[in-house]
Amino acid sequence: MSTLLLIEQVLNGLQSGVMLFLMAAGLTLVFGVMGLINLAHGSLYMVGAFACATVALLTGSFWLGLAASLAAAAAAGVLVEVTVLRRLYRRDHLDQVLATFALILIFSEAITFTQKQLTGTSLPMYLDPPALLAGAVSLPFGIQYPAYRLAIIVAGLLVAVGLFLLIGKTRLGIRIRAGESDREMIAALGVDIDRLYTLVFALGAALAGFAGAMVGAIQSVQVGMGEPVLILAFVVIVIGGVGSIRGALWGALLVGLTDTLGRFLLPLGFAEVMDPASARAVGASLASMLIYILMALVLIFRPTGLFGARP
Amino acid sequence: MIREPVLNALILAALLLVPLGALAMDEPFLITLATKVAIFALAGVGLNIALGLGGMVSFGHAAFFGLGGYATGVLASHALNYDPLMTEPFQIEGTTQMLVHWPVALLLSGLAALAIGALSLRTSGIFFIMITLAFAQMIFYFAISWPAYGGEDGLSIYVRSEFPGLNTLDPIQFFAIAFALLALALGFSSLIARSRFGLALQGARQNEARLRATGIGPYRIRLVAFVISGMITGLAGALFADLNRFVSPAMLSWQTSGEIIVFVILGGVGRLFGPVAGAGLYILLEHNLGGLTEYWKLPFGFLLLAVVLFARGGLIGLLAGEKRDG
Amino acid sequence: MKLKAKLAAALSALALTASAASAEAVKVGMITTLSGGGAGLGIDVRDGFLLALKQAGSDVELIVEDDQQKPDIAVQLADKMIQSDKVDILTGIIWSNLAMAVVPSAVNQGKFYLSPNAGPSQLAGAGCHKNYFNVAWQNDNLHEGAGAYASKAGYKNSFILAPNYPAGKDALAGYKRFFTGDYAGEVYTQLGQTDYAAEIAQIRASGADSVFFFLPGGMGIAFMKQYAQSGVDIPLIGPAFSFDQGILQAVGDAALGVKNTSQWSKDLDNAANKAFVESFQAEYGRLPSLYASQGFDTANLMLSALKVAAPADADAFRAALMKADFASTRGDFKFGPNHHPVQDIYVREVIKEGDVFTNKVIGVALEDHADAYAADCKM
Repeated sequence: MSTLLLIEQVLNGLQSGVMLFLMAAGLTLVFGVMGLINLAHGSLYMVGAFACATVALLTGSFWLGLAASLAAAAAAGVLVEVTVLRRLYRRDHLDQVLATFALILIFSEAITFTQKQLTGTSLPMYLDPPALLAGAVSLPFGIQYPAYRLAIIVAGLLVAVGLFLLIGKTRLGIRIRAGESDREMIAALGVDIDRLYTLVFALGAALAGFAGAMVGAIQSVQVGMGEPVLILAFVVIVIGGVGSIRGALWGALLVGLTDTLGRFLLPLGFAEVMDPASARAVGASLASMLIYILMALVLIFRPTGLFGARP
Repeated sequence: MIREPVLNALILAALLLVPLGALAMDEPFLITLATKVAIFALAGVGLNIALGLGGMVSFGHAAFFGLGGYATGVLASHALNYDPLMTEPFQIEGTTQMLVHWPVALLLSGLAALAIGALSLRTSGIFFIMITLAFAQMIFYFAISWPAYGGEDGLSIYVRSEFPGLNTLDPIQFFAIAFALLALALGFSSLIARSRFGLALQGARQNEARLRATGIGPYRIRLVAFVISGMITGLAGALFADLNRFVSPAMLSWQTSGEIIVFVILGGVGRLFGPVAGAGLYILLEHNLGGLTEYWKLPFGFLLLAVVLFARGGLIGLLAGEKRDG
Repeated sequence: MKLKAKLAAALSALALTASAASAEAVKVGMITTLSGGGAGLGIDVRDGFLLALKQAGSDVELIVEDDQQKPDIAVQLADKMIQSDKVDILTGIIWSNLAMAVVPSAVNQGKFYLSPNAGPSQLAGAGCHKNYFNVAWQNDNLHEGAGAYASKAGYKNSFILAPNYPAGKDALAGYKRFFTGDYAGEVYTQLGQTDYAAEIAQIRASGADSVFFFLPGGMGIAFMKQYAQSGVDIPLIGPAFSFDQGILQAVGDAALGVKNTSQWSKDLDNAANKAFVESFQAEYGRLPSLYASQGFDTANLMLSALKVAAPADADAFRAALMKADFASTRGDFKFGPNHHPVQDIYVREVIKEGDVFTNKVIGVALEDHADAYAADCKM
């Protein structure tokens, strides 16, 4: 195994971590501010991907599609927040899990239905990265890396920085943080709490839609694409500590790197102690369980996650 | 409004009369559907002990359902292939006897629930939901990639397991077995709810501080309840394997965990007969809406949403009013 | 004229249900995937099957149900079709794990099962059954073809990958059975995995001269798009599943030029196939897929046997099926002793015709190919 290959795998882990962060950030914000467990967050990711693919197909421009994905996911987010989720903020977790589970069914079937009516099939849709970012670029030390994946890393880190600035330095951010710690207080200060909540939800939804569009260009755009990512994003925020943006960032990078490097290194590691065929199978099996093992370990030693508030 | 005991009796009678009527009309498939309702209800009765009485929102009960299923699948497939389960240090043969499958399923799912519960109960709230999911996912991925018992392809049993004195291949006789076990579990669950243990468990959910003040540790009570809950769901898994004559990792998937939660909530959380009503309604809807449209999950999603938003007590709450204790 | 025909068909259907018990018409139950991620395959099988029935003006009564790609739903539907609908023949299942759940118990209850897609090795070998006929392929066939093609094309060092589940392991075993070169790497990916950056990095570093992959559905789309973007230019080889008519449009340019193996292609030069492609397009407004051709062949096989005997006369019906006396879209088609096809496996290349991505046959990988499990089958 060469060092170059290892560096490339670290980049891959970083890229998958950065995308997970975009998903996890919205999820953790919504939980931190409104106390809502939103299983339908993956559906917003899917809405973003479908909006991007549809607009890119019609106009031929990935960038217009990307803009559409932000708009569509934010709009879908506002719609469900105002009509449904608003009623759930004070309910217990069970009601929230069930209602948002119902939303997953509704979103998935509605998109299948719409796609079928418009295109006549429910097959995966086509979305290609923009021509500007096609192919591979040469990095120092002779590493060849896909330009688009590099762009994902950069875009994701920029969004992370922007989010930290937004939460840390702006009036909106102050309100959001205040909303996390004391709802009555900020209502008493004359902040329209309903509007604040809708805004936070739209922000989270737009981030999910953005992630869906970015990832849609390297994967397949299809119904059901949101749920695996949703589960990973939950793993991320639980590892990081629910409600913490910083925790979401570290959790996402940890999960991205563990998953990528585990898939790569475990089969090689087992090959040192057993025959290659069983090493491959055992390594691959263990790799698929690895992040769940990681999550269980974190929770056993720090029951509220790495950056979570101590009870 | 109907009084809850009356409603419960009606539900039980309906579950018994539908297959008997089907038998009279020679509609064996209706009996199969009723059997499925009974088995799903049993799984829900298990979850309801953790969820309804103990307030533990487990998003990983598919693990116990699946383990129970694999207990039956593995034992039966060894017996059908005349291939001993193990030969060292002593020989253990597979078997097709339900009376052996059930204790094994109970033991296996109980042990799993003990391990998962012991670790998960250190957390609470969303962390508990997610860690139970994490353990179920570990077992799911393990089952997919473990080649000995079919992996993703699952394991066919070909012939339904046997029960002394009964012909289990006859739909109505197999239904009788599932129904009897469901009735037993309901009785057991009702005993638990009224026992000192059950009261302490509900106390731990409602007011942990007060319970601590009486000198009872909530952790051990919850753990015991979680193990019982997992075992009952595991037993349902064993029956489900026999119903389908097939087990696969799909039984262990997070969607299955979600469905078991849906049965409980659709019927009414913490209501003794909630899971029975919920499973019945679910199968009814799946079967009827599924026949009407490919997109049956769309109306189903809206219905589920309406139940959560407007009918919080589920079906039982709707018909029998709010639960008396809070 | 058309309306009249429809009316007559509706009336005869009505008459059939009215006198279900005494009716002579054969009942066929189709369990297939019509919703969810894998719906495209089931819909194609169903449409191909329906087209054949329509062209024959057959009075077979077909009951179609959606299994949602879930084994327990499939088992339930099979129970319903056998117990309440009292079907004579079952067909339609797309996925091996669903087939394993349904087929053994159905054929043991005396029903016939005609497989339009899945061909798990158990049902071809020790678990074969006299009432089970596979009209598509044994699962390994196309992978074996890929291995044979890679050897013929002069490749010496392959990197091979598939998901970590039984069909994935069978795929790599099938490729190895006919590939004569060495292996630069062998990787099992996670089932449902959508990001292949780690595997592609390994391929780049491996020094392979060819890459064989089996990644059905969305996994294959994701892999090919990411592979094209990575700048790695080692040639890809795969079974037809990732290059099918329906899926190609979602992969786009990334698939152009890739060689894939299939027992069917829309440009196969025989009369039955030409008529099928033309009539399918006229009926449904889209190009037929591999799965559509399999559904079409399955129905025609069944119709050919029904002309000779009714399923109630099981021995005669079985013998008629075994003869495979129908014009297959694949040209030559016959059954081996384990009721699985003996057929040519072609090599196709992905091309672009106008705006549409499609395949063109460039050669034959294996001629009159039977599966590796027939010897284990004792009927």
